[in-house]
Amino acid sequence: MSATSAIRDRLLAAWARLGGGPERACQIMEVCGTHTVAASRSGLRDLLPEGLRLISGPGCPVCVTDQSYIDRAVHLARRRAEVTVATYGDMVRVPGRDGSLEEARAAGADVRTVYAAAEAVALARRRPDRHVVFLGIGFETTAPGAAMAIEQAREERLTNFSVLSSHKRLLPVMRALLAEDDVRIDGFLCPGHVSVIIGSAAFQPIVARHRVPCVVAGFEDEQILLGVERIVRQLADGAPAAENVYPPVRPEGNPIAREVIERVFVPADDRWRGLGDIPDSGLAVRETFADFDTARRFDLPPEESYELPGCRCGDVIAGRLLPTDCPLFGRRCTPGSPVGPCMVSSEGSCAAYYRYHYRGR
Amino acid sequence: MAHGGGGQLTAELIAGVILPAVGGQDPAALTDAAALPAGEGTILFTTDSYVVQPLEFPGGDIGKLAVCGTINDLAVAGACPVALSLALVLEEGLEIALLRRVLASAGRAARGAGAAIVTGDTKVVERRGEPGMTVNTAGVGHALPGADLSFTRVAAGDAVVLSGPLGQHGLAVMSRREGLGIAADLLSDCAPIHELTAALVSQLGADVKWMRDPTRGGLAATLAELAAGAGRNVEVRQDAIPADPTALAAAEMLGLDLLTVANEGKLVAVVAPGAAGRAVEVLRGFDIAAGAAAIGTVGDAADLPLVEMLTRAGGRRIVQMPYGEELPRIC
Repeated sequence: MSATSAIRDRLLAAWARLGGGPERACQIMEVCGTHTVAASRSGLRDLLPEGLRLISGPGCPVCVTDQSYIDRAVHLARRRAEVTVATYGDMVRVPGRDGSLEEARAAGADVRTVYAAAEAVALARRRPDRHVVFLGIGFETTAPGAAMAIEQAREERLTNFSVLSSHKRLLPVMRALLAEDDVRIDGFLCPGHVSVIIGSAAFQPIVARHRVPCVVAGFEDEQILLGVERIVRQLADGAPAAENVYPPVRPEGNPIAREVIERVFVPADDRWRGLGDIPDSGLAVRETFADFDTARRFDLPPEESYELPGCRCGDVIAGRLLPTDCPLFGRRCTPGSPVGPCMVSSEGSCAAYYRYHYRGR
Repeated sequence: MAHGGGGQLTAELIAGVILPAVGGQDPAALTDAAALPAGEGTILFTTDSYVVQPLEFPGGDIGKLAVCGTINDLAVAGACPVALSLALVLEEGLEIALLRRVLASAGRAARGAGAAIVTGDTKVVERRGEPGMTVNTAGVGHALPGADLSFTRVAAGDAVVLSGPLGQHGLAVMSRREGLGIAADLLSDCAPIHELTAALVSQLGADVKWMRDPTRGGLAATLAELAAGAGRNVEVRQDAIPADPTALAAAEMLGLDLLTVANEGKLVAVVAPGAAGRAVEVLRGFDIAAGAAAIGTVGDAADLPLVEMLTRAGGRRIVQMPYGEELPRIC
């Protein structure tokens, strides 16, 4: 018997103890782009009993970023000849008011794909004639890298590097989701990589306040299924807890990484696609590092939020709508011609559903 | 850039822009090599251009790649490769030592495959950044006796056979290009597969229905092409796909779907149902196909043919034609 089928048997047993079924349904939300992809690519949802759903929340860094951020990035790429926009690959295809970064590049703008913030600093170092703007998105996993890049740039006295930060913090958005009453969340499958930084104990206040299971899991088939099994077991026992099944994660997380974040960034109110303004949910560059804050170095257009016409990404991100229930899914919105970021991003819910489940009907 | 990815967008560019201009062919019937009548027999003719960065990567270089790639296109069309052309567009500043290495590699690859590089061209242009080179090879071969390969021969129940593990080339190149340490042990699988294809044709004859080498877009693109071309559903089993643990781990770390990562020394063959065992046995006789396996089956005709995979975990997922370029994930 495989490890997966053993875990599945335990899951079914716990589900039976809970009395779960189509009449007594249960919805578990994952809040991590990597989990979103893995859940679909693995075919794991087929193993879940009827009535138990694993849905995606605001875990895709590109998807949760507000439209105004993309427009600001495109503005810099198109209108500032000295700017090199350095970004993670997925961002280049998100459509903005003035097109996407990919379109800007095709029209002559300097837009480069990087894997990490350190690469953007290296670019600035090599090209003193360019100002490198690094698009800093992502959760607590990528924030330390961006913070170290800023400190490195300061140490080298670079004057041509800055970060346009739209980093997000996980716990505030989890609280905001629980405060909305239009989405049922019986448990959270918590992200492995973010938890390496913030620690599995970070979820305890959420468990205490909301009585919702929070289980940290990794990304392989066994890990995800194990995470789901632990959540269902906690529900069956009536004993919600902050639990961890992912070996690299410690309860205290990585304090050094958190210190790095705190030195350079400060929590700030931030706007999320689909969820509006959430207090303290973002990371802004501190005043002391003003020279490395793109928002202070450049005159940027005002942050105007808007929805792309017809786009329901906000509802998908908030867990209110399944990708397949969006009227545009598979019709007007496909990976070839995406309307919104959930279909563009390789970690977007809609892209995952389309790639791995869409049967064209 | 996505138009060059080898997936859906490339297909759209070819069908929508290129073919209408140059005339005639049905996009659905495009093969890797063109068959031209020549006296008593048939000549197969193909061409490909190579723009890989970096020029040298673990397990190969652009020279070896350019020769093997074209040899392989002839091979999967059921041909014995005979001769190649080699056209170089060199960028100013390219090191002569590098050029020598790449050309030596191309020469070795051609000789190893029993094909001669008989003609070529050289141009030098201004550099675009790091001095690089573009290589075009065209190849001719003669059709192997007994080779009868086409989409129309593919039938329900036919077996899909894969010669070895996936993703080694794409990951090795990506690792070197981006300076990623994770795939440090990976070597590109770049190799000529003409011996594999010749052996299959000679030993299985008409039981071999169709062949492809899964390059850009990976196995996913090849299976999607098969389903669309044959107008039939295809089902594959993830646990039957030969695995290279290093490639698997690297792909997982980068968030890549290994099915979509490029290969340069692998063969996909569709064979009659009873011939799967023999096909695997024949292939396993070759070092580069030691891990060959039957991975799936061709299904019924369908208006909207789908490729479906039974996953390791026991669930199901669709295997689609990749959209553009695969980009590693963010976090």
